[in-house]
Amino acid sequence: MEKIIFKKFQIESKTFWMMFFGLGFVILIGYLCSHYMETEGHYVTGMNNQIVWGLPHIFAVLLIVIASGVLNIASISSVFDKKLYKPLAPLSALLAMAFLISGLAILVLDLGRPDRLIVAMTTYNFKSIFAWNIFLYSGFAGILAIYIWTMLDRNVNKFSRPAGIFAFTWRIVLTTGTGSIFGFLISREAYGTAILAPLFIIMSLLYGTVVYFLIVKAINYFQKTLFSEEILQNLRKLTLLFLFANLYFLILYHVTNLYISKHLEFEKFILLNGGVYTIAFWVGQVVIGLILPLYILFRDENKSESSLMSATLLILVGSFLAMYVIIIAGQAYPLKMFTNYEILESSFYDNVIHTYIPTIWELGLGLGGVALSLIIVLIGIANLDFLPTVIKSPEAKKAVGSDS
Amino acid sequence: MTIDTKLSRRGFIVKSISLLSTVYFIPDIITSAQAAKPLNEEVNSDTKWAMSIDVDKCAKGCTACVDACVEENGLYGFDRPETDSQWIRKLTIKDIKTDKVKVVPMLCQHCENPPCCDVCPTGASFRRVDGIVMVNQHTCIGCRYCMMACPFKARSFVHENLTEQVTTAPRGKGCVESCNFCVNRIDHGIPTTACEEACMKEGHKAISFGDLSDPNSRVSQALKTKQNRRLRADLSLKQRVTYSNI
Repeated sequence: MEKIIFKKFQIESKTFWMMFFGLGFVILIGYLCSHYMETEGHYVTGMNNQIVWGLPHIFAVLLIVIASGVLNIASISSVFDKKLYKPLAPLSALLAMAFLISGLAILVLDLGRPDRLIVAMTTYNFKSIFAWNIFLYSGFAGILAIYIWTMLDRNVNKFSRPAGIFAFTWRIVLTTGTGSIFGFLISREAYGTAILAPLFIIMSLLYGTVVYFLIVKAINYFQKTLFSEEILQNLRKLTLLFLFANLYFLILYHVTNLYISKHLEFEKFILLNGGVYTIAFWVGQVVIGLILPLYILFRDENKSESSLMSATLLILVGSFLAMYVIIIAGQAYPLKMFTNYEILESSFYDNVIHTYIPTIWELGLGLGGVALSLIIVLIGIANLDFLPTVIKSPEAKKAVGSDS
Repeated sequence: MTIDTKLSRRGFIVKSISLLSTVYFIPDIITSAQAAKPLNEEVNSDTKWAMSIDVDKCAKGCTACVDACVEENGLYGFDRPETDSQWIRKLTIKDIKTDKVKVVPMLCQHCENPPCCDVCPTGASFRRVDGIVMVNQHTCIGCRYCMMACPFKARSFVHENLTEQVTTAPRGKGCVESCNFCVNRIDHGIPTTACEEACMKEGHKAISFGDLSDPNSRVSQALKTKQNRRLRADLSLKQRVTYSNI
């Protein structure tokens, strides 16, 4: 009879340390980049008084969105009581924690005054969605820690379902909060619409699902874990469903903007004549991120793993470009300060489409953040029993049992 | 009759303390008596600072207001226009219907419902009860959310190390800043901003500043004589900076 047990990451010591130091090196580079930006000032970045949020924010928001979505697997297990997913739940929660911490680290290190983090943690303006997000993000980390504990410790295992339901509810609110960072900005035509909140939720579900698949595949390269054909097919179905939902909300967002007459010019900018931003939207966000993966998944009648992997990689490239369009293109379009006047000249670039060319320091910080999330996962799975493994024979079961 | 000149121990202590406290307190009393009155008073909502700008009086090519602001607040730049701070700037605008070209100063509009204050996570962006919207340089964490929220691009982020700040306008790398209606002047009892003063000196008188609750203030007079408009009135931000002939 098959039995599932949870094991630590079985990896050669040499390989582990190579990965650890490799990721550690990228994290160090990321930290040094942020330190340089902090000591020299943000003029060394591509950000300026026109594009105030840049590449670090693309990385940070994407990682936080993934953090929320990657918990999907655990939610299906705990909230919707699908036994099939139960073995995969602890890893899902660990990934959520790792991506959340790294996204927040990037956000904090990009602040003008990261040394004032204590001010952000102690002085609140509760009218600000940012202040709410500080609670939502730190609360999520705490809830995830409890959730992981209830899943890994048999003594408190009975509490894993309520903890899972709480975590699920919390993360829906959390992603609503992330989407609302933009949704509540009335001044910019790209934002200021409540549809951004559900759009962010559906993006998180899609990106989180494929990131989970990618990480499990990477772990499986070293160690065979439980990842049955049934789960694979379910992930494929989920990916398809989320791709459709994403496409639907994206269309809805743009159609809504087209109906709001004061947003019409911005829509023309994004959809037709925005240059690099229009290309990023159509080629990146729509074709690479949504249409091609849909096509690949539909076309593959064998429902193979390789087609899901191709779709995953395309979705991830598309996710990055989607964030680029939302964050950068939204700021690049000049503010409309006058209703009956056109701005001819300004010393502050009020009349031009802003350009943004990120520097190596911002890229370093962003990649350092990604490395941070991976090293947290690596340390987590190497030291705690996160990985579900199928034990078939009683002998093997006994052998592994004595291991752990 | 004999006068007892002997000083008792108790008398010595009492007189010494009295003398010391006099020496200690008198300079403070004198300084505060000499200081401008408003510093001793709490800001209250009876005062409503506001500005009216007559666009027709604003002269093309004149940068007196911008130069005065730079001098008043020590806003020297690094010759990097994309990252240097600008608290007030001149825009050249064209009427879409008539093609008539005008110039207009743009600065923080000191909204009564300021989006920058709404979004600020620490409350560093705040609005005083007298209507001045400003940034607390001690609690600004440099997240730039207020810059994302401002519909008038009135705010600047300090992108590099500063060394020659003026004492009347505290500024620092990594914080956001914007026009504060020359709050230091106002709190020292000078009810005019540097930009208004410069504009008057040039003889244009395009900028009128003052207290809305005082019917004789320059701004109240300007509002009486010409119809003023708020920019982006559709956003209902109730700015305290208004424009006429636009």
